[in-house]
Amino acid sequence: MTTSTLGSLAALVADLAEGNVEVVDLTQTLAPDMPRISLPPEFGQAAPFRMEEISRYDERGASWYWNNFSCGEHTGTHFDAPIHWVSGRNLPDNTTDTIPPRSFVGPACVINCSLEAEQDPDFLLTVDFVTDWEATYGRIPPRAWVLMRTDWGKRTDPAEFQNYDEAGQHSPGPNPDCVRFLIEERDVLGFGTETIGTDAGQAAHLRPPYPCHFYMHGANRYGLQCLTNLDRLPPQGAVLICPPLKIRKGSGSPLRVLALAPRT
Amino acid sequence: MTMDQRPHRNPALPPRRPTTPPILRSRFALGLTAAAASGRFALQECLDCGAIQYPPREACHCCLSDRLEWRPRDGAGTLLAVTCVRKPYETYFRERAPWRTGIVRLDCGVSVVAYLHGRCAEPPARVRVRACLDRAGRAVLAALPDKDVTDMTDDPLMREFSNSPKGRHVLVTDGTSEIGQAMAIAAAEAGAETVWVGASERWKAAPGFEALSTIPQVTLLPLDVTDTQSVDTLAGQIGGKVDILFNTAEFHRTHSALSRRGVETARVEMEVNYFGLLRLAQAFGPAMSARAAEVPTNAVAWVNVLSVFALANYPSQGTFSASKAAALSLAQCLRAEFRPAGLRVLNVFPGPVDEAWNQTELPPKIAPRRLAADVVRALEDGLEDLFPDPVARDWYERWRADPKVLELELTA
Repeated sequence: MTTSTLGSLAALVADLAEGNVEVVDLTQTLAPDMPRISLPPEFGQAAPFRMEEISRYDERGASWYWNNFSCGEHTGTHFDAPIHWVSGRNLPDNTTDTIPPRSFVGPACVINCSLEAEQDPDFLLTVDFVTDWEATYGRIPPRAWVLMRTDWGKRTDPAEFQNYDEAGQHSPGPNPDCVRFLIEERDVLGFGTETIGTDAGQAAHLRPPYPCHFYMHGANRYGLQCLTNLDRLPPQGAVLICPPLKIRKGSGSPLRVLALAPRT
Repeated sequence: MTMDQRPHRNPALPPRRPTTPPILRSRFALGLTAAAASGRFALQECLDCGAIQYPPREACHCCLSDRLEWRPRDGAGTLLAVTCVRKPYETYFRERAPWRTGIVRLDCGVSVVAYLHGRCAEPPARVRVRACLDRAGRAVLAALPDKDVTDMTDDPLMREFSNSPKGRHVLVTDGTSEIGQAMAIAAAEAGAETVWVGASERWKAAPGFEALSTIPQVTLLPLDVTDTQSVDTLAGQIGGKVDILFNTAEFHRTHSALSRRGVETARVEMEVNYFGLLRLAQAFGPAMSARAAEVPTNAVAWVNVLSVFALANYPSQGTFSASKAAALSLAQCLRAEFRPAGLRVLNVFPGPVDEAWNQTELPPKIAPRRLAADVVRALEDGLEDLFPDPVARDWYERWRADPKVLELELTA
C-alpha cells in the first residue's frame, strides 16, 4: 500500500469526521407493509417481510427481546445477482457469495428522471436521455453504478408505489437499447432504481421482456431496487456501498445501501 | 363511525361475567349434542327391537340390546304439562329466570322434557321439539309453536340459543374474495350494527371490495392475517368491540403433493389458512371471551370458513386440503378454550365454492352468496357445524359412515 493510498483513506476518515463527506442511507425500512413484487398468481411468489417475536422480556425469555424474520431474497431494498436471470445462469462468480467484493463499492451516477416519471409512470429511459445527461454532468465512468432517480421512493402509499391497474404495474425503467448502451458503451457495474424492479412495470411487454434483467445479468452485471433518497446524491461524485448478504448460491438479498457523498 | 345509541353499561360497576349451564353429559348422551351441532334432532333407536328412547342410555330400555343408533326425528308432538322455575339455584339459570318448561309427548312415542318458547299455547297443544345448543354448547330440547309466528326469533329462549349478527359488531377478516364480500353483505342484511371488513394488499384493487363501502354499516380496514403486526394493530383498534368474527381469509390453489415443485405455495396456504387463524385467535380471542356477557351487545361467535376437504384429502387440491385439516384441528382447540365463556365456534365445511380457483371443478358448486346466507342462518340457529351444500353433505355422510372407505374412493 502506498503512502498516498493511506493518505487518501485517512483523508476520507477525516472528511467523514468533519462532515465534509456525508453517509446517505439509500435503504427503505424493512417492514411487513413494505410493498412486495407481485407476479400473476400462477407463478411462485417472493415472500413478503414478516417478523415474529421470539420473546420480549416475558415468560418466553425474561430478560431479552428478539424476533425471527422471514422474507424472499428480493424483498425490500435488495440486490440482484446475475444468476437471478436465466441469461446469467452459467456465468462465473454470479451469486451473492461469489461476486468479488470490489463490485460492492463503486462510483454512482444519478440520472434524474423524476419529472418524466411523474408525467408518465411508464416512462422509459433512452440512450438519448443518458447522453444528454452526460453532456451536462460528464461521461459515466467505467464500473460505475447508474441509478435512475424517479422519486418513486417518496411514494409512501402502497397503492401509489405499486401503481396497479387491470394491465398490471405502471412504473418507469430503462428501454432495451439503453441497457445495452450502458453495458457495451459505458461498462457499468449495475443499474439501480427506486421502483420494485430494475425494469419498468410493463417491461414484460418489451423485447426482450425485462431487458434490464436480461442484458445486465447476461453481462454479469448487477441490479439494485427499492432505493430511496436518491435526491440526496449529486449527479456525479458519490460512492455507492452495497454488499448483499453472503448467501450461498443466493440470487440476491435485502441489504443496507449506503452512499458517501460530498456535503452539499 | 357514529356512537352506539343503545344504553351503555355503568362503567363503575363490575362487568357481567359469562356464565354457562352445566356442560357434563355421559358419552352416550353426547349423541344428542353431536346431532344438534349441525341442526338435527335425533333420538336413539334400537336396531334389534325398534324401540325409540329418551333420555339417551347405553342400552335399549326394552330389550337391553346395545345396538343403538341415533336417527333423525321431526320432533312433532303434543305439549302435555307445563311448569315454571322462577328461582333456580345455578347462576346461569338464575340470571335468566324464569324458565318455562314442559313435558312433550312426541308422535314417535317417547316423552321428553323441553324448554318452552314463549308463544307455545297452553297444554294440550301441538308443538315442534328441536335440539338446540345452549351456551355451554350442549344439546337441550326446546319446544316451539306448531307453526311459525311473527317475531319467532325474538323470544328470550331463542335469543339465548342464537348467535345472530342482528345488532352486533362483526368483523369479516378478508373482503377481497367473493366469499368475504358475500359474508359482509349477508351480515349487513341480517342487521349487523357494524361490519368491519379487512383486506390485505388493497392496492391490488380486488373487484368488488371498494364497492362494499357503499353499505352504511361497512368500514373497510387493512388486515393481513399472515402479518402478526397487522393482526395485532387491528385488534388494538377494534378487538374490544368484535361480537362475531367471520374468518374468510383463505389462500386457495389447486395443487397436489407432486404437481407443484417445492413448498412455497403450500407454505402460504398454511400461513393464511392455519397460522392466520392462530394469529386471529390470539389477537381477538381473549377479548371476545371476556366480553361474552357484556351489555348491550356481547361477543357470541367465531366463524371459520373451512372446506369439506378438511375431513378427507381431495388429492387434486391436496395441499389446500391439508391446510384446511390443520385449521379444523385448531378450530376444535379454540372451541375448547371458548367453551367456558359460551362463545360458539361455527365451522363451515363447503364443498367446491363457485369461485375462480375452482373453475375446473364440475357443478354443483355453491355460490358465495348462498354460502353466506347459510352461514347467517346457521348462526341464528345456533349451530356448531355447517355443511351447506349437497356435495358437502354427501361427503359428510360418507365420512361419518366410514372415513377409510371415503379415503379409498377419493384416492382411486
